[in-house]
Amino acid sequence: MVAPLYDGRLAVDIAGIKMQTPVTTGSGTFGFGLEFTDFLDLEKVGAVTVKGTSLLPSCGNKGQRAVETPAGMLNAIGLENPGSDYFLNVTLPKLRKYDVPVIVNIYGHSPEEYGQVAAKLDVEGVAAVEINISCPNVKEGGIIFGTCPEAAAAVIKEVKKNTSKPVITKLSPNVTDITVMAKAAEEAGSDALSLINTLLGTKIDIEKQRPVLGNVTGGLSGPAVRPVAVRLVYQVAQVTKLPIIGMGGIMCAEDALEFFLAGASAVAVGTANFVEPDIAEKIAHGLLNYLDRHQMQNIEEAVGLALPHGKHSMPLYNC
Amino acid sequence: MTHKVIEKAKVMGQEQLSPTVRLLEVEATAIAASARPGHFANVRVSYHAAPLLRRPFGVAGVDKERGTFSMIYRIIGEGTKMLAAAKKGDVLDIVGPLGNGFDLDCARPLIVGGGLGLAPLLYLSQVLKRADVLMGGRSADELFWRHLFAEKAEKIFLTTDDGSLGTQGTVLALLPRLLAEGGYDRVFVCGPVPMMKAAAAACIKAGVPCQVSLEKYMACGLGACLSCACTIKGKRAKVCQDGPVFWAEEVEEW
Repeated sequence: MVAPLYDGRLAVDIAGIKMQTPVTTGSGTFGFGLEFTDFLDLEKVGAVTVKGTSLLPSCGNKGQRAVETPAGMLNAIGLENPGSDYFLNVTLPKLRKYDVPVIVNIYGHSPEEYGQVAAKLDVEGVAAVEINISCPNVKEGGIIFGTCPEAAAAVIKEVKKNTSKPVITKLSPNVTDITVMAKAAEEAGSDALSLINTLLGTKIDIEKQRPVLGNVTGGLSGPAVRPVAVRLVYQVAQVTKLPIIGMGGIMCAEDALEFFLAGASAVAVGTANFVEPDIAEKIAHGLLNYLDRHQMQNIEEAVGLALPHGKHSMPLYNC
Repeated sequence: MTHKVIEKAKVMGQEQLSPTVRLLEVEATAIAASARPGHFANVRVSYHAAPLLRRPFGVAGVDKERGTFSMIYRIIGEGTKMLAAAKKGDVLDIVGPLGNGFDLDCARPLIVGGGLGLAPLLYLSQVLKRADVLMGGRSADELFWRHLFAEKAEKIFLTTDDGSLGTQGTVLALLPRLLAEGGYDRVFVCGPVPMMKAAAAACIKAGVPCQVSLEKYMACGLGACLSCACTIKGKRAKVCQDGPVFWAEEVEEW
């Protein structure tokens, strides 16, 4: 038997998904993982979360699809993907060669379609499905299911009915109270939560006097969103027992630690993959250093320490 | 496919080619060893949260013996402004070589370009040796490129919109005649989209195989983000990974 990576100190179990490190990759920022094998060892990533996959291929949005913004970027790809058949027949066989959990982000245009995708992906080599109910860049589906608790519940129930895999629900930050959505997801049977998806934004080209993105609005990601993401994880962690995969602008181990301390059991790196394609592996090393510095045996010891009932924290409101 | 690396590259120097255009030479032995014409590199311009994304530049020349390669860029925004401040000896973090590169299997090539599109064509010209070059610009001062190509190219044809140098008009003022009379068996085009579209159409009409190097906004350069996706020969493709070089007749979305 091969010794566990990093003596098992970074190993986590997220709703039955056994990860060697708690550092996963955000859907849509890591392709299908195979694009990064020149830069890092995929088996040293906690889980590879692949690009949003739908029943049929999708072309995505027209016009310019991405633009840099202060400490971040807006994207409006529109969930372009080659479809579930291509993923199953071409991509997954290649990914199976790596000993790493594969999480497939899925989306559909109706609860039934989400269920159909989940059923097709209920195969060996897929560790879990992540339900994308929060993409801000597609007109139907996506965000509707991410902002209405009843609609989200309908999707989650349909997916649960159609798969034997753990189901992760990816929450949108574009809501008034994210805890309502988190509770709805838990009640509907979701096994874990991931947050946040991108924040809605727009950039205007002042010379051309029109929006830069063909889709007008895009999803904001990168360091600019990190404090928002940490706040939302902190809030959600207090209302759910589900494990949380925290994400939003993580660029280094220190950033990741904010999420663990706020209650996330694992994290995902997203935009940082574009800048440093080996970052997921580097962050794992940074986490080990932190564990050493704080005399912790396992990363799980850090989870939630900053929460109101955590070890070091003051109550959120003490007046 | 070429193995991609993240390389710490030492700045060898920067040369001012025009008030806003710079030639940057870096020592990066791994990238220099494997970069082919048409490849590009993705340069990190800051280690802070902003500017965040790398900046992609075509490889404009390679000196394999010295382990160096060069890139030519225009100072446009914050990122390129910071890059212009890089001094000899500074270290830049560069990912490359990226993309597919030109198909060099031809006997008598013609290179056609304009603006920064001439940068990857300069390396192509270096490797092809003695190819003819047709370049267009708005006026004579935009065609400082002719000096860079002078020792690499055979014949250089110039066009300017205002007629201040060479033939007045765009490259289309000369291209159809060159294609008809030059005996070319391949055309390589890189420049503004209207130029590439028009040049590609002229080549298709003349029956000369043509490759174009596309430019689209890209966030990663690695085939992950799909910012630069487009339709090629009825299929979805990524400019950064499947391109940036495509056969002209296969491009359905410029």
